Amino acid sequence: MIETLDELELIPPPHQDRRLVERVWTPLWPKLLAVVLVLAIWQLVHLTGWKKAIFPGPGAVLSSLWDQARTGLLWHAIGTTVQRAIIGFALAVLIGAVIGALVSRIRPLRAAVGSLITGLQTLPSIAWFPFAIILFGITNAAIMFVIVLGAAPSVANGLITGVDYTPPLLLRAGKMMGLRRLSLYRYLILPASLPAFVAGLRQGWAFAWRSLMAGELLVVIANRPSLGVLLSTDQDQADMVSATAIIIVILILGIIVHTLFSVADRAIRRRWGLDVQV
Amino acid sequence: MSDTAITEKATQTKTVVRLAGVSKVFGRGAHVVPALDNVTLDVPTGEFTCLIGASGCGKSTLLSLVAGLERPSAGEISVTARQVALMFQEPALFPWLTAQGNVELALRARGTGKSERRQRAAELLDLVRLNGFGAKRPHELSGGMRQRVALARALAQNADVLLMDEPFGALDAMTRDVMHDELDRIRDGRELTVLFVTHNVREAVRLGDRVVVMSSHPGRVAAEFAVPIPHPRRTDSAPVAELAATITDRLRAEVAR
Repeated sequence: MIETLDELELIPPPHQDRRLVERVWTPLWPKLLAVVLVLAIWQLVHLTGWKKAIFPGPGAVLSSLWDQARTGLLWHAIGTTVQRAIIGFALAVLIGAVIGALVSRIRPLRAAVGSLITGLQTLPSIAWFPFAIILFGITNAAIMFVIVLGAAPSVANGLITGVDYTPPLLLRAGKMMGLRRLSLYRYLILPASLPAFVAGLRQGWAFAWRSLMAGELLVVIANRPSLGVLLSTDQDQADMVSATAIIIVILILGIIVHTLFSVADRAIRRRWGLDVQV
Repeated sequence: MSDTAITEKATQTKTVVRLAGVSKVFGRGAHVVPALDNVTLDVPTGEFTCLIGASGCGKSTLLSLVAGLERPSAGEISVTARQVALMFQEPALFPWLTAQGNVELALRARGTGKSERRQRAAELLDLVRLNGFGAKRPHELSGGMRQRVALARALAQNADVLLMDEPFGALDAMTRDVMHDELDRIRDGRELTVLFVTHNVREAVRLGDRVVVMSSHPGRVAAEFAVPIPHPRRTDSAPVAELAATITDRLRAEVAR
């Protein structure tokens, strides 16, 4: 009897038998169309002759991009920038997670620094650069320092929010099962905070990336080509074509990372059953 | 031989949950809200006791007190159970774990080793007729199936007292009926004491050895009814309906008071 009822009640799994081509193409074509539209509008503005001497058309920029992609310099610069981003963000995540974990569990600590973390989150991290440069000089450390200060508060706040919003019913269930203190934290509160934590990571990444770009423009380290240094050089040489090409590179890198976060977010939602469409 | 019979008799009549003059108030000062007032209740080992009453009779508070999640404001509660488990109207399963994982976590909390955990959880899922569903996540299961995972999880805590707070309240009538049969089947041959809160009188009569009617604001024990109807019972059978009608009248008198 009960097995029959179960069969009747089970939600049939969503159709997943679409072909690969279709699965890739369906979300892709609006994006491609948008890119084509932007290029077309850009080209139109260029054709009107607005600021003709300095405003480049897409053709010149894309060919500059192609030329730069064939030299080692651009790739070297991307390597430096991405490496800094990864190390800086990893540090921020580590520090942010530790602070978030401590603040969310220790009441007096929360009262003391809870609002400070939110305050730091709203502080534009570029404001830290004079401080960082005086403290560390024109070094990589100055850039890392600002990335961590920019991103760690968001990471910490994401974890704190997740812990705060752990459903009380689940906490009661966990306590009834005999989960206490550390085990309660490890097996219940931390996994329950995962979605909010990932949201915090995502926001932290956005801050880290901005801080890094600002840092590379302000803290130009000699003989260490990075995207910021290339941009800075273009500015000095009034090379609008190359500057625009570098901006496109930065934009693409941003989109790639954003996509990675989206994939992680969707995976969690699917696992938890938060993506069920009614 | 006769000695064993006597011991069995003794354990059967032993009280496992005892509430003596228990009161519970929420808030303090001028905003104090009395939830339970001078409740005295003895639950013998192995008995299925149903608590019934209108909203505000403090049924859920009473379960929280017995579960040890809250402390009484006055009076004494003694629970001599090996382990108490609590089930809610919501299954309260962890969405990041599979059905099997949810049951295993209860075993892990008790310090059960890995391989034993896996085996025991599979047995328990089998017991609630969910073999083959261990790898499913809660959202992939129906309401009745989730509540059975929650039951398996409660049993995994090796509980001999099971507190159930309207556990089938969110299920449709047909599923609820089948869940009643399942609960009877699972209790059969186990010494499992159940304290079951519901606002459905027929459900109380269908399941309980005894039905305790509570009054509201504040919650008090208003009346007790023994249920001498032999098992197996049916919710729609005449004796169940008859006793349910008597209890409903008593309950209405309580609400009107």
